[in-house]
Amino acid sequence: MKRISFWLLATLSVVVLLFGYDASRTGATSTLASPPAVVSNGAQSSTSGSSGSSGGSSGGSSSSGSSSGSSGGSSSGGSTAATSRTVTGGVADTQWGPVQVQLAVTAGKITKVRVLQQPAGNPKDTEINDYALPILIKETTDAQSAQIDMVSGATVTSTGYLQSLQSALDQAHL
Amino acid sequence: MTPDPRVHRRVEQLMGLPVSLALRGRHADDGLADDAWARAVEQLREVDRVFSTYREDSWVSRLGRGEVEVADCPPEIAEVLALGEEARRESFGVFDVRRPAADGRRVLDPSGVVKGWAVARAARLFEALPETDVCLSAGGDMVARTAAPGSTGWRIGVEDPADPTRVVAVVPVRDGAVATSGSVHRGAHVTHGRSGAVPTAVASVTVVAADLTWADIDATAAFALDAEGPAWLRTRPGRRAVVVWADGRTEVVQGVAPAGAAVSG
Repeated sequence: MKRISFWLLATLSVVVLLFGYDASRTGATSTLASPPAVVSNGAQSSTSGSSGSSGGSSGGSSSSGSSSGSSGGSSSGGSTAATSRTVTGGVADTQWGPVQVQLAVTAGKITKVRVLQQPAGNPKDTEINDYALPILIKETTDAQSAQIDMVSGATVTSTGYLQSLQSALDQAHL
Repeated sequence: MTPDPRVHRRVEQLMGLPVSLALRGRHADDGLADDAWARAVEQLREVDRVFSTYREDSWVSRLGRGEVEVADCPPEIAEVLALGEEARRESFGVFDVRRPAADGRRVLDPSGVVKGWAVARAARLFEALPETDVCLSAGGDMVARTAAPGSTGWRIGVEDPADPTRVVAVVPVRDGAVATSGSVHRGAHVTHGRSGAVPTAVASVTVVAADLTWADIDATAAFALDAEGPAWLRTRPGRRAVVVWADGRTEVVQGVAPAGAAVSG
């Protein structure tokens, strides 16, 4: 369980890397510097379909990765009409070891995340980093694609609340 | 926004803030959840009665006017004041529950400690729910706990200080706390404990820590430190932070390794 969550975190950190390399003024913690290495176009919906089914073959990590990158069913709707492509990231040297991911992108949104390479970090490192790994996502910051459960912000107060994302989250279930 | 059907939510206005609860797992939506929520709401109402600086008759207000001594107050007052003193020392006076007033005198205002402390305490009520994930947030500062089998934890969005409908970062949290301090919407409500200066270089500071009391204190102190905040946060054990600068830049800051963290879990 811990391990799976760790892979998820590692996956997301590289998603960040992939999106964040043009916004390289972001900071400090990661020494992840590799830009996306391979971009293949025109794979169409078969790509995301196969990456989904092959997710199980590389263990729990892939399924946790894909759930982070897409909401249920998001890959089916737009993928035939919109351009679908896969992006393979370079091997990122994280503090836990090398990480490489492949993303399926449909209509500008991540629809699948596959972990191609995972670090065999020791469990103690995972414990230390278990509760928090801040992730910057420059391109997927709207509410729909961010897939967030709660919002932390200075404006989530009585006055700012009605316009806030947290309000939208609360009302989606009330 | 695509709602996660597994997450059950409740929200109530408490301590002048929207308090949002999210539960997921075995007892997310049953009588046990209702009971825990009712207890949390009552506990936070009591915190407001004791600590509110907006209530003339609160213990804190009476203490501030010198009408009572700490020893006369409920024990929670001494607990919070001790936390405030610890925070003042660790932030070199930047964080202070006795804030400078317009006339130069010091006014007792432990609000900067109370919220985090109170929500951390209330969140513990939900640990009685077996196999249930909980995230309890008061005005954007929250405790997250993961207990449901197979849970992947909570995903916390860091609000864009320039646009509350957007997030600038997502922080995955299994067990920990997230707190943000910034100036948007409420205006300048944080000032430097010694100089009284209002931050201008930093738009918001979000701190992730094991405990909400300290996540909240550190976010407030780092925001008050303004441009020096990130350097201070790097000295804080086990903290991670997302700093959004006034010019829109976003920076991730990592504190020093926490003592003994490797054996936690």
